[in-house]
Parts: sequence; C-alpha cells; structure tokens
Amino acid sequence: MTTAAFALLLLATVGACLVNRRAALAIRGRGARLHSLAGFHGAYAGLLVAVPTAVLVLLWLLLEGPVIDRLVLAGLPGAALAGLDAGGRDLVLAEIHQLALGHRFGTPAPHALEAAARLVRLREAAGLLLLLAVLATAATLAFLARARVRADFRARPRAERIIAGLMVFASAVAVLTTLGIVASLVVETGRFFALVPWTDFLFGTRWEPQIAIRADQIAGAGAFGVLPVFLGTLVVTAVALAVAVPVGLFAAIYLAEFASPAGRRRMKPVLEILAGVPTVVYGFFAILTVAPALRDLGALTGLAVAPNTALAAGIVMGVMLVPFISSFADDALAAVPRALRDGALALGATRAEAVTGVLVPAALPGIMGGILLAVSRAVGETMIVVMAAGLIARMTVNPLDSVTTVTVQIVSLLVGDTAFDSPKTLAAFALGMLLFAVTLALNVLALAIVRRYREAYD
Amino acid sequence: MTPSAPPAAVPLPPPRAKFEARNVHVHYGASHALKAVSIDIPDRTVTAFIGPSGCGKSTFLRCLNRMNDTIAIARVTGTIRLDGEDIHAPAVDPVLLRARVGMVFQKPNPFPKSIYDNVAYGPRIHGLARGRAELDAIVERALRRAALWNEVRDRLAAPGTGLSGGQQQRLCIARAVATSPEVLLMDEPCSALDPIATAQVEELIDELRSQFAVVIVTHSMHQAARVSQKTAFFHMGELVEHGDTDQIFTIPRDPRTESYISGKIG
Ligand SMILES: Nc1ncnc2c1ncn2[C@@H]1O[C@H](COP(=O)(O)OP(=O)(O)OP(=O)(O)O)[C@@H](O)[C@H]1O
Ligand SMILES: [Mg+2]
Repeated sequence: MTTAAFALLLLATVGACLVNRRAALAIRGRGARLHSLAGFHGAYAGLLVAVPTAVLVLLWLLLEGPVIDRLVLAGLPGAALAGLDAGGRDLVLAEIHQLALGHRFGTPAPHALEAAARLVRLREAAGLLLLLAVLATAATLAFLARARVRADFRARPRAERIIAGLMVFASAVAVLTTLGIVASLVVETGRFFALVPWTDFLFGTRWEPQIAIRADQIAGAGAFGVLPVFLGTLVVTAVALAVAVPVGLFAAIYLAEFASPAGRRRMKPVLEILAGVPTVVYGFFAILTVAPALRDLGALTGLAVAPNTALAAGIVMGVMLVPFISSFADDALAAVPRALRDGALALGATRAEAVTGVLVPAALPGIMGGILLAVSRAVGETMIVVMAAGLIARMTVNPLDSVTTVTVQIVSLLVGDTAFDSPKTLAAFALGMLLFAVTLALNVLALAIVRRYREAYD
Repeated sequence: MTPSAPPAAVPLPPPRAKFEARNVHVHYGASHALKAVSIDIPDRTVTAFIGPSGCGKSTFLRCLNRMNDTIAIARVTGTIRLDGEDIHAPAVDPVLLRARVGMVFQKPNPFPKSIYDNVAYGPRIHGLARGRAELDAIVERALRRAALWNEVRDRLAAPGTGLSGGQQQRLCIARAVATSPEVLLMDEPCSALDPIATAQVEELIDELRSQFAVVIVTHSMHQAARVSQKTAFFHMGELVEHGDTDQIFTIPRDPRTESYISGKIG
C-alpha cells in the first residue's frame, strides 16, 4: 500500500507538471507573452503537488503504527490488560503482532486471536485510507495549480521560493542534528560530573574505569583522572606530527618548487592516494609491520620496547597525515604570488634560498593552518590507535611505552557490558566532550589562520 | 656607520659597454617576442627602453639578468656579454649574475617581512655584512638612496607590505641597491608613484649613474628625456633604433620612432 501511495505521488507530480507545462505552452501558442517560461509553470505545479503530499505520506507512515496499536489495545477486553505495566502491555502487543503475521506460540487466548484479526483489518483500512488521502490531496493541489496557469502568473519566482525553502529545510536538518549531538554530549557529560567531580576528571592522574556495574562483579573502585589518557593522545599525536610535518612539508616544497610539471602531475595523485587508504588498513600496517619491526629494533639495541608502543601507532598515523599536510602546504606555496619568487631570484637568491627565506615564510600561515587541522585529525583518529595502541593509561611521555588514547578509551568503555547510569559509560561522554572541545578549538584556530592569510594576498 | 668608505670613492674610468647583446631572439612557446636585438649598453649611463605596450621591453630586460630562465616556455638565443663575458656560458651561475645585475619590477613586490628584513635580504644571502652594525649601515644607506629613510626610520620593524604603493616601490629599489649590483634594471619603476616620489626616484637614478649602469623601461617620454643619456626604441619585438637620447628625441632616423615619440603609435 505504501508503494502504491508513493507511485501515486510520483504520478500526480509528473502529471501536474506536464499538464501545466502544456497549458502554459498553449497560452503562448495563442500569442500571449508568458511571465515565466513554460518549464517553470510545470516545475511549480510539480512542486506544489509533491511537497505537501510527500509530507502527508511521511507523517502518515510515522503515525500509522502507534495509532493502530492504540486502537487494538483499546479493543481488548479490560481483563486482558488488568494489572499490567508498560512492559507487560508491550508483551501483549508483541504477541498480537506475531499472531497477525501467522506465528503461533502455544495456544493463544481467543481475545488475542480476535485482536490479531482486528489488527490486520485496521492495517488494510489504513492503507486504503492513505491512498484515498494521497489521491484527494494531490488532485486538489493539481487543480489548484492548473487554475493558476495564466500568462502573467509568476511561476518562476514561486517555484524558486519553494526550492529555496527545501534547501533551508535541508540545512536546518544538518544544523539541528549537530546541535542535538552536542546537546546530548553536554547532558550526558553533566550526568557524569554529577557522579565524578570535574576536578577529579580533569586533574586526576589515575584512569581505572573498570568498576563493577553489577553487584556480583569483582572490580576496582574506579578512578577517572583523564590526564594519563590525554597524555597518551598527546604522545601519539606528537610522534605522528614528528613524522608528518617534515615529510609533508618537504614533499610539498619539492612538488611546488622543484618538480617538473610532468613530475608534479604524476606525483600529486600518488600522494593523494595515501589520503584515500582506509584507516583500518593503516591499523593492519601498524600492528603487522611497524610494531614487529620496532620490537626487533629494540631487541637489537637493548631498548625496552612495549608490544604496542605509542611509537608504532604514531608513525603510522604520521604516514596517514602526510598527504594532508603536503596538500595544504602545496596550496599555500602555490598561492604565494609569482612576483615574490621573482623578486627573491632577481636579488641573486638560489631556488632553495628563495624557498626558505621568502616563500615558506610567506606561506607559513597557510602551512600552520594545515598542521593544526592535521593535529585535530590526529587527536580524533580512532582506528589506528584502537588497533595499535594499548589499553592501560600511564603517566608517561616515553614513546616506547604502551599508552592509551582518549579515542581508544571511548571505544573500550562503550563495547561490552554497559549500563547507562554507570560512571563507566558516562565517562565515555565526558571523554567525547573533551575531544570535541579540543578539536573544535583547533579547527577554529586553523580556519582563522588560513582565512587571515588568504586576505593577505587578495 | 663603519669607517669603510663606500665604493663610490673610486675614480671613474671613461664609460664603456657594460652589456653587449648580439642577435638576441626570444620565443615564448611559438610566439616570437623579440627579434634579432643587438645593442651595447654603456656603463655609468642611464639607458631608457621605450616603445608601445607588448613590444618586448620587459622581455629584453629579463634577458639581461637571465630571469627568462625562470619562465618555462621562454627560449633565448643569441649572445649577451657582461664585461666581455658571455652570460650564457656554462661556467656562469645565473644566481651570481643576478647578484651583479639587480632588478626592480613594474609592480612593487615587497616580501611579507619587516622593512628592515626586506632591505637586508640581499646582503644577508650574499654575506655582504659582517655583523649587525654593518648590516644596519647597509640598510640605512640603501633606504637613504631610495629616498625612503626619513619616512620609515622609526618603523623599520613594520611589515614592508604595509607601506603605500609608492613607498613599496622605493623599498624595492632600496632592496635592489642594497646588494651593491653593477647594473640596475628598472621595469617602469615609477608607474605606481606620485610626481613627488617620481622626482625622488629620478634623482636617485641620476645619482646611481655615478656607479652603475642603469636600464630603465618607461612609458613616459618626458621621463626618458629627463633621466637617460641613451635611448632604445622597440617596436613589435624589434629594436628599431638606439642612440643618444638627445638625438632620438630631436632627429629620429626611423619614421616609426618619430611617430611613436610624437604620439602617433603606441
Ligand atoms: N611569460 C610570458 N609568456 C608568454 N608570453 C609572454 C610572456 N611575457 C611576455 N610575453 C609576450 O611577449 C611579448 C612582449 O612582452 P613584454 O612583456 O616584453 O612587453 P613590454 O614591452 O614590456 O610591454 P609593457 O609596456 O606593456 O610592459 C608580448 O606579446 C607578450 O604577450
Ligand atoms: Mg613590461
């Protein structure tokens, strides 16, 4: 029935569109000058029919289920529901739904069978009603639209206004979703801080979230000091940047200033492929290649290397960030006006002197913006560290130790046995909030820097 | 100020050809922008290049310090000698050549650095100063010669890009002068300047003549007549005629020169 309703909607839309276009063409055929092209008359009619009818169908489908359930429950004999709470009612309803599908378990009560039959009847009726409603609405709107076709009817502005409205709606959905996510983060973080004081969270140096969530579990008392976790994120990020910034920057300088145009054409896409590698693949690479190599190296040199070091995760994350930094730096260098390059060269600077003395300083704000965005990527990166970093939080800055990161902890807090009122689960929201605040600040800073530098040359 | 005297104190030998260009052609890809140019550019003299827009003045200027090397599609043929030495010889490093042959561009292009660092850039990369005091002296002397010192002496640390267009151009002149080149190429240096700054730059050019060969591209006949001793007239990629400025402006040999300076072509 819903398929039929959608088909009807489509049919009505196309029909109204064609009818109005023809009508408008006919008016023009009689020699009148149309205010709007015939195509806009058609588009106006199509939109006028489609938008309200689609809203009707969607609302109907949203409300149909609950309304029918209400009616079915109301039709049951009072004894069937006596003394049941909401959960019990849901069970009764579920049984009726199963019966309506023809699944029987044991011998159902006669009133349940009767209710199932009523459910089926109600659904059929609702389907027909929907079709009728769609037909009536679409037809009314189509006639309305058809009646408006006149030479001086302003179809184009009206159609454009409807389309603009749809776009506003789409962006409102995006913005509201974001706001909703942030709001839920804030609310859950607030609940967490009701259980654990925020000073303990922000300044505590012990992170042992494995507390009991059921009375029969044996676990520690729990400690939610975020410092060691955040320190882990910082160590991994620092290693990643130590790899990505020099490599990315030199690659960009080479591409922008020294490579031949043909070499540049070939190398840039290759570099950008790095950006397309899924992070989970980088994760493999970290555990299967880099970590064993580091361990062997540690065995050779006698250094104590943990099995899942910050170094391995950081190096691989750095490789992931190379194209990010190089493409920003490349853009920034390319945006430096040619006149500056010529000015430096004409003073007797070598290419390298021009790059280090004039071009990189001139492009520095753009390069910094790229680096800050890379930092915010590194801080929020999850898959590589979930696969390659550790789980135990330690107050250490030694990249050869195993560290854990904010993202790893969020994942480990939320997988497995969880309850939504335990500080263990709520801690994940607090960590998420922290991560969000840090990345947001970095992004704002980076964009501000990039924007300022754009203005410098325009 | 350091006790070392400026090189201007050396007694002047008679002017002789600084640059000798013979049969120079420039192609940009398929287009033939400069055709068979042969000219001597004397030392300690101001030579003006005049001619209608697009006739190849800037192109020829860029041949003299090999800036055309930086344009991928440009191809230069022919011989250019600086002090008798072929500038295209394999032994010649274009970087060192450009240190000897300074250039001021048509559009001011200060680096996004402080005024001081703009002027100090050349001396620094060529190691011309031993110590800060000497560098300060070079910067001050260059800014004074470019008639900019009085305007910027209190804000040497301010960014060069924050100056007015005319000040920026004088900063670029100071930057070129600070490297102590032997030749100064100026591509329409006054096109962004007001009459007062123009007069100051012209005064500077006249003063520079005591030490350097100066080549100036200009669209102003009056400027060419005022500052130059030699003039070369280009038209559609050809060097139509060159000689003493007085002669070119009073009794031009070629009818094209005559119609250009009397305002009929260009
Ligand atoms: N980088 C370049 N690439 C391709 N063609 C060029 C380039 N530079 C100059 N040309 C061409 O060479 C010719 C001479 O240009 P040039 O800049 O030397 O003229 P000009 O005499 O300096 O003109 P103006 O007085 O307008 O500055 C022109 O036709 C121009 O289009
Ligand atoms: Mg020019």
